[in-house]
Amino acid sequence: MTVLLEVNHVSKQFGSDTKALSDVNFSVSEGEFVSIIGPSGAGKSTLLRCINRMIDATSGEITFDNMNVMNLKKKDLKKIRTKIGMIFQHYNLVNRLSVIENTLHGNLGKKSTLAGVLGLYSQEEKEQAVKILHVLGLDEHIYKRADQLSGGQKQRVGIARALIQNPRMLLCDEPIASLDPNSAKIIMDHLRNISRTMGITVLVNLHQVDVALKYSDKIIGVNHGQVVYNGSPKNITKEDIQRIYGSEAEDLIFDVGGIHAS
Amino acid sequence: MQADYFFKKKRNTLSFLSILGAVTILAIIITEYNVIKGFSSLPKAVEWGLMNFYPTQESLTKLPAILDKLIETLLVSIAATTTGAVVALLFAILGSNTTRVNAFFGSISRGIATIFRNIDVAAWAMILLFSFGQSSLTGYFALFFGSFGFLTRAFVETIDEVSGGSVEALQATGAGYFSIIFQSVIPSSLPQMISWILFMIETNIRSATLIGLLTGSGIGFTFNLYYKSLNYDVASLVVVVIIAAILFIESVSNYVRRAVL
Repeated sequence: MTVLLEVNHVSKQFGSDTKALSDVNFSVSEGEFVSIIGPSGAGKSTLLRCINRMIDATSGEITFDNMNVMNLKKKDLKKIRTKIGMIFQHYNLVNRLSVIENTLHGNLGKKSTLAGVLGLYSQEEKEQAVKILHVLGLDEHIYKRADQLSGGQKQRVGIARALIQNPRMLLCDEPIASLDPNSAKIIMDHLRNISRTMGITVLVNLHQVDVALKYSDKIIGVNHGQVVYNGSPKNITKEDIQRIYGSEAEDLIFDVGGIHAS
Repeated sequence: MQADYFFKKKRNTLSFLSILGAVTILAIIITEYNVIKGFSSLPKAVEWGLMNFYPTQESLTKLPAILDKLIETLLVSIAATTTGAVVALLFAILGSNTTRVNAFFGSISRGIATIFRNIDVAAWAMILLFSFGQSSLTGYFALFFGSFGFLTRAFVETIDEVSGGSVEALQATGAGYFSIIFQSVIPSSLPQMISWILFMIETNIRSATLIGLLTGSGIGFTFNLYYKSLNYDVASLVVVVIIAAILFIESVSNYVRRAVL
């Protein structure tokens, strides 16, 4: 398997004394489904945003598709962002626009300024959008306004907007943190499906350890801005989980053994 | 401890009220205001108003001239608001934390808007009297500056409130600055902006009447003219016409607001 993303010695400092990330190293192979888990404030979101440079890392090296992301000029940065889809906890849709318009927004990165400003999309792009929305089970909602949808449906529109970019990789920042268990399962199933059938690499931040263990090919555990676990979900032990979530988490509400059994 | 907390709270309320009372009494003494005389003269004032301040058959002949001035005032207010809004939108996009180009231009454009907002419309009218004299242009610019300052502030808050998330999402897709503005910021904040513009038009029509007194133009001047020449019947007709116009504009803008939101 070829390596798609490599993160080497990445650190991020906010202000003079808050260290969000310190010396983070890991790599992700093409088509892999990777979950990043860790307590709130551990630096998961910062790490994800450093990859597509929504936040600039302070030091280190990030290589995506054999390109060094850190020294890209504005134009090349936009180009690389078109290859990386992003999904957010709060969906980040334009609420007053329709589902299909929100989906087509994923194409803006490839458009000229004029076409982008006027919102000119080709017939092909529109058909592509309809096809993606069909795969995600949103046929009936294509012309509905985004604010009329439920949370789970909004998140599927978020996925559609990322997929229309034709991305190599998806970055998902807490995609199911605001959803009920049922909608969360639908979203996670879609993400796994995308990774398996389309060969798109998926990197997802999660709060739910059980979900991470169930869906991922690889788990990266982060605590205090450092990677404390990097490996397969099969080999993860209770001690590893405690290391990720800190010593105060002696009696986490789930049981690792039970998860492996199911 | 708990009893202490509630006692303290009561004591604070009591001392605040007594300070307020003392200030009021002091002000009454200094200005030699007689409360009883002030309120007892109210019936007399109403009586005088009813005797003199009502439109007569004869004053209706002046109606076309009054309406002419009223329409001029309305149009100046609307023009000042809409042109102010266009400039305000530009400054708001530069000044909002979500859409600014950089921190430097952001604080400059917000600073300019703050200055324009904090100078009252009436103060603007007096300042501009020097350059434009007594004309409706003075009124227009006074309202324009006031609207610009206020709307910039309102628009900045609207943009920050509604478009943070989607701006981030579109940046992540690699979209350019102008695409983000036109595809995300404007669609999400437009209804609220229209609502602010309608509010500003209503406010401006009210201020325009007062500004007219200063600048010698529009309906405000018409009122002043008849009032000073003791033509109370025509002056009262002017007041009736102004009230009718304000109520009409308000109902129209309420309707539009319901339709867009």
